[in-house]
Amino acid sequence: MKNFDYVRPTTISDAIAAAAEPGAAYLAAGTNLLDLMKGGVTRPNRLVDVTRLPGLDRIEPLADGGVRIGALVRNADLAHDPDFAKSYPAVAEALLSGASAQLRNAATAGGNLLQRTRCAYFHDVASACNKREPGAGCDARDGENRLHAVLGWSEACIATHPSDFCVPLVALDAVVEIEGRTGRREVALEAFHRLPGDTPERENLLEPGDLIVALRLPGEARRFSAHARYLKVRERTSYAFAVVSAAAALRIEAGTIREARLALGGVAAKPWRARPAEEILTGSRPSPAAFRAAANAALADAKPSGDNRFKIELAQRIIVRALTSAAAGTPQRIAALPASPFSSLSGALHDA
Amino acid sequence: MNLPISLTVNGVRRDIELADPRVTLLDLLREHLQLTGTKKGCDRGQCGACTVLVNGRRINSCMALAVSHDGADVLTIEGVARGDELHPVQAAFIAHDGFQCGFCTPGQIMSAIGLIHEGQAGDDPERVREGMSGNLCRCGAYAGITDAVLDAQKSLDAQKSLAQSDQRRSA
Repeated sequence: MKNFDYVRPTTISDAIAAAAEPGAAYLAAGTNLLDLMKGGVTRPNRLVDVTRLPGLDRIEPLADGGVRIGALVRNADLAHDPDFAKSYPAVAEALLSGASAQLRNAATAGGNLLQRTRCAYFHDVASACNKREPGAGCDARDGENRLHAVLGWSEACIATHPSDFCVPLVALDAVVEIEGRTGRREVALEAFHRLPGDTPERENLLEPGDLIVALRLPGEARRFSAHARYLKVRERTSYAFAVVSAAAALRIEAGTIREARLALGGVAAKPWRARPAEEILTGSRPSPAAFRAAANAALADAKPSGDNRFKIELAQRIIVRALTSAAAGTPQRIAALPASPFSSLSGALHDA
Repeated sequence: MNLPISLTVNGVRRDIELADPRVTLLDLLREHLQLTGTKKGCDRGQCGACTVLVNGRRINSCMALAVSHDGADVLTIEGVARGDELHPVQAAFIAHDGFQCGFCTPGQIMSAIGLIHEGQAGDDPERVREGMSGNLCRCGAYAGITDAVLDAQKSLDAQKSLAQSDQRRSA
């Protein structure tokens, strides 16, 4: 690991000033950053430790019925907060389906958004990677790419964003609060991550020094709490990243879907909101035909970026399954294997 | 650059001068404090051999910078027994053959103590397996590990209710 200066500011403005310097990076739990530094993938000159900044570790109710999640709230604390888990069950389930218990005890809400891709060529410093070294090329294009993107990818980069947490968040219109050199601003999470285009090294809207201070979920997001699921297909049942995942949230009144939210993980460089599918679902009655139509619409623009054509059909099937499960009702308690399709919960279709 | 930090490790306050900010909590325990019970398996947060409790919560000490944990309370495998009396989780791992080679065992035991403290798994073996999925065992002693965790949880619960009834009697 390359050596670095370590600073531990106690105010947000000092942190921003320290991190605005070229080569500086913020350190929270470090569960992703240290891994990348050990591999030489990321080589910061300075780490700005934000773990002692005041006021960023709270889960606060908002006047509109929504919630504000401080950037330093740990994954496990958020997932096990009883009010939060009851109001936003798909978010809690997504959190508990990610990483391991040890990592969830450390990893922060803000850091989750800034996770880097798990593309093996990004992690292998001997491989060409436009994200790691702009202009170097992309060894994933002709490499082992069965887990790579099927939506929104470019010739420059076919990597996916690895987050589970972000998938239901983007479905529920989460907002990111950012503090920077020019003050505070906020952006929709849906607009926070960028598609690769010709600049895959630019993964989000953050400018030098910008610090995520909180995430917000609006009050309307609670309206889906009775019909919300996150489902995630993995290559092993626990402690693995998504091959594909889906967050489905429905508001059902008198047997009709009044409002629908759907987002996908593991398919693109950002958590993928499937708005065309939501439009199809709105006003329909929950049915296999409606769910299949929504799944087709969600993947209408998908194309394989390598040996990953199977992910398109897999994503469609997991959408049908997630919608079926959401329509059947949010389980009283999160399943023993969170988000697993290998669970015998009511509403699960094993042949979807 | 010299970075002074202080930690409480297994109940003892330790003041340490770090010569380098790159030292992980794992390397600090093993190389600076000679507490080699905590194992370095993958060193990348994937295997769980380095699991310790920090402020009562289980984490991967290989993925934690020591300097960032200034002031923390750390519990390692060396700190769980009371003299010659094993911690109930240690005793249960022996009773249920929860290991073979033993390399992952300190991490498994610290993780199990953390899991039981978190109180999410109850007596459901599926939840125990899920809650222990961050600890790999190359010998494949998983069946014994699950039994050990379930058994240890039962004896810790029994200890707790005994202590509570003692308290009620003396009140």
